[in-house]
Amino acid sequence: MKFGIIVFPGSNCDRDVATVTQGLLDLPTRMVWHQEKDLDDLDVIVIPGGFSYGDYLRCGAIARFASAMKSVVAHANKGKLVLGICNGFQILTEVGLLPGALIRNRDLHFICDRVSLRVERNDLPCTKSYSRGEVITLPIAHGEGRYYADEETLKVLEDNGQVFLRYCTQQGEIDVTGNPNGSLHNIAGITNQRGNVFGMMPHPERAADPILGPTDGRKMFEAISQ
Amino acid sequence: MHKYHSRIYVTLRPSVLDPAGTAVESGLKQLGYEGVEGVRIGKYMELTVAAASEDMARQQLAQMCDQLLANPTIENYSFELTAV
Repeated sequence: MKFGIIVFPGSNCDRDVATVTQGLLDLPTRMVWHQEKDLDDLDVIVIPGGFSYGDYLRCGAIARFASAMKSVVAHANKGKLVLGICNGFQILTEVGLLPGALIRNRDLHFICDRVSLRVERNDLPCTKSYSRGEVITLPIAHGEGRYYADEETLKVLEDNGQVFLRYCTQQGEIDVTGNPNGSLHNIAGITNQRGNVFGMMPHPERAADPILGPTDGRKMFEAISQ
Repeated sequence: MHKYHSRIYVTLRPSVLDPAGTAVESGLKQLGYEGVEGVRIGKYMELTVAAASEDMARQQLAQMCDQLLANPTIENYSFELTAV
């Protein structure tokens, strides 16, 4: 299983992801500059967090037009895996691989914290190492992470079970107190209908090395690599 | 080819919560403007485009807005054109 990590000008979590996939899990990994086109050697593409192209206009709006993104869309259309984390999630919505948008947090603050999340599905390539309903803890770090979609889109997401991760309380309750940014339906992570493209605001790569604290994110990369 | 100067307004769709607008509204109320309501913060852009006619310029601008300048999931747009 070979990982590729897209690097845009302004990406800042690219090496963190490589530290997990290559450094901790010893998986073949290469960094993909945003101008590259040939990504055929890759099995999994990770679009990392950061501020691609300064996030000018809207988060992810400019990154969407990078050469590498055309190949990411082609990769996804073949049914291969794509994981977008934080800015990567924003880019996936801008490019249309995932529905909805990530907008300014409810309380206007940039939030840097560890939050509780409920794993809603464990039949996906990125969540199969968790149990269904398991409450995990992952870091978040974003100013524009409030998931928004119109009612119709939300209904489709819920009816198809496309929400795989929700913000929750430590006890696993899905309510407003466990919702850090005002995301509709407490959405923290969604997948496409085919189940091969994943977008999530929390940072699993920042919770993988025991030296740095909790390691709930490591299992996500282990699951993907199996 | 003619050149057209365009003023583009991008606004949040009414269904999208605008917490920054709400904060500005409360600031205005604290200044004593009690009658203020419905503050929404959007974006204003200007550009000049060359096109064979005003209709062509309008078509191009609509495409630019659909493809990049606005995100139809959360935003509406409008624009005005003047020949330069």
